[in-house]
Amino acid sequence: MNAFINHFAFEFRTGIRNKTLLLMNYLFPLGFYLLMGFVLGGINPTFREDTIPAMVVFAIMTATLLGIPDPLVNARENGIFRSYKINGIPSISILVIPALTTMLHLLIVAVVITATAPLLFDAPQPVNWPNFILVFAGTAIACGGISVLIGVVSPSSRMTVMWSQLVFLPSMVVGGLMLPYRMLPEAAGKIAQLLPATQAMNAFNGLAMGRTADFSPWGSVITLFTSGLLAFALAVYLFSWDSRNTARRGHTALALLVLLPYVAGIFLFS
Amino acid sequence: MKNSIIEVKDFRKTYGDFVAVDKISFDVKQGEIFGLLGPNGAGKTSTLESLEGLRAPNGGSLRVAGIDPAREPRKLRNVIGVQLQSSGLPESITPDEAMNFFCAYHDVKPRFDLLERLGLSEKRKDQFYKLSTGQQQRLGLALAVAHDPQVLFLDEPTAGLDVATRVELHEMMRELQSNGTTIVLATHDMAEAEEMSDRVAILLNSKIVTIGTPMEITATGAGFTKVSVRTQSSSLSNTDTSFPFVSQQTVKDEYSIYFSTDIGPTVSAIIAHIETHGDSLIDLRVERPSLEDRFLEITTNGAAQ
Repeated sequence: MNAFINHFAFEFRTGIRNKTLLLMNYLFPLGFYLLMGFVLGGINPTFREDTIPAMVVFAIMTATLLGIPDPLVNARENGIFRSYKINGIPSISILVIPALTTMLHLLIVAVVITATAPLLFDAPQPVNWPNFILVFAGTAIACGGISVLIGVVSPSSRMTVMWSQLVFLPSMVVGGLMLPYRMLPEAAGKIAQLLPATQAMNAFNGLAMGRTADFSPWGSVITLFTSGLLAFALAVYLFSWDSRNTARRGHTALALLVLLPYVAGIFLFS
Repeated sequence: MKNSIIEVKDFRKTYGDFVAVDKISFDVKQGEIFGLLGPNGAGKTSTLESLEGLRAPNGGSLRVAGIDPAREPRKLRNVIGVQLQSSGLPESITPDEAMNFFCAYHDVKPRFDLLERLGLSEKRKDQFYKLSTGQQQRLGLALAVAHDPQVLFLDEPTAGLDVATRVELHEMMRELQSNGTTIVLATHDMAEAEEMSDRVAILLNSKIVTIGTPMEITATGAGFTKVSVRTQSSSLSNTDTSFPFVSQQTVKDEYSIYFSTDIGPTVSAIIAHIETHGDSLIDLRVERPSLEDRFLEITTNGAAQ
């Protein structure tokens, strides 16, 4: 327990001390939130209603997808994991603790957004706080899991950026953050349902914000939690201590299994 | 006779078709400082990393304190300490945090005294990337010994260290040895290996080419002992003068230098020559072949074969 607390405390401090992580955890999401609130709120009045869930989902995606994978790849390539292995630090701690500390940073950012958005932008607050927290947790676990998985399977920082952007950019465009899901063509909507952002926005709207969901909001919650847990399980399974001559337990293509809950969700919960 | 704490039998390590280590066998006694030497690519790192549990062997058997490193990594971690060549720490961690962090996973109290002893007291709150290479090395060593391991693996421990820290590190190694710690030292520094190691093994082309004490190894070479002599009237400056058992001779900085295969008769003949010519001796130095000379001889011959 002492080891876990020490590891957690160190990783949490790193999230503030490391300039890149500070940017991804706090500066970028909060800066973007203020920019969007002032600019988009003026241009598109309907954005006001989406401000809190959209900016919370954006913060989660930024801190996880853009913040978690690269440090994992760098640590592996720089021999840090080898040193961890020699000293008995389990792979599950290496993968889960950075995700947990990121979630704690995200909680702080989410509190800032939900507390200030009604004052700054007249944004409506959640009507169901327990469900808001539940969806927040599900989204953080889903995005955290995918991010850790990207860090585990990426052979280099360059590939990490590519894989992360493959989730991040479509989420920004069709994930319901900027453009409501109902405005998407049907085919695009189905593709959008493969993204955690779409599921998160649907669940926030249907369960926490007092608005109408576009498809089953509880289905979205189930999808987010299942995909997140599956992603962590796959990351632990596919983890390698270093990239040089260390056998991986399975092929990296197995990581694509993380899409299964989303595909199943399209058939089961649409 | 001390017990073997490390046993390597017919150990083989391959990467695809490349054979990094080819059926080597050796053992290391408890409390011994054992030097592992060899040029780059000889198989040192593969051997060390397999003993540390970082790689699985492709053949043979390895035992460290009775533990199979590949099969029992959890048991192994409390028995061994490893100072990696690259220190293997996150760039934002401070020495204090690293000590807390690693000791917590070993379930021992943090040893901040080691940071003081290794000259890191002023740097305890500095992030790892702000430390100099030498300071990073010292931190790596402090972390490697903090849980009082039975076997300590040191990979180039003095690379990048200043003289004072290097001396401190050597003292620390001797102290650890006197407390019963076995040390496996991989180094390119032959003087360090010769000074510190009880025994050394030289690896070349995936095999052990020689193993023994530094004295034994240096004694088994071509065996040229260097005799350097300086006299008042330079009576030895005539290079036509020949002495018994001298195979080569040269003159450098007022010294006549002879390479002898049998030092006794050579020195006697030189002194007799000086006296006969009414000259007087100013300086006479006898240097046996160093481990470095022997290493170069082995690796040059080995590479040529």
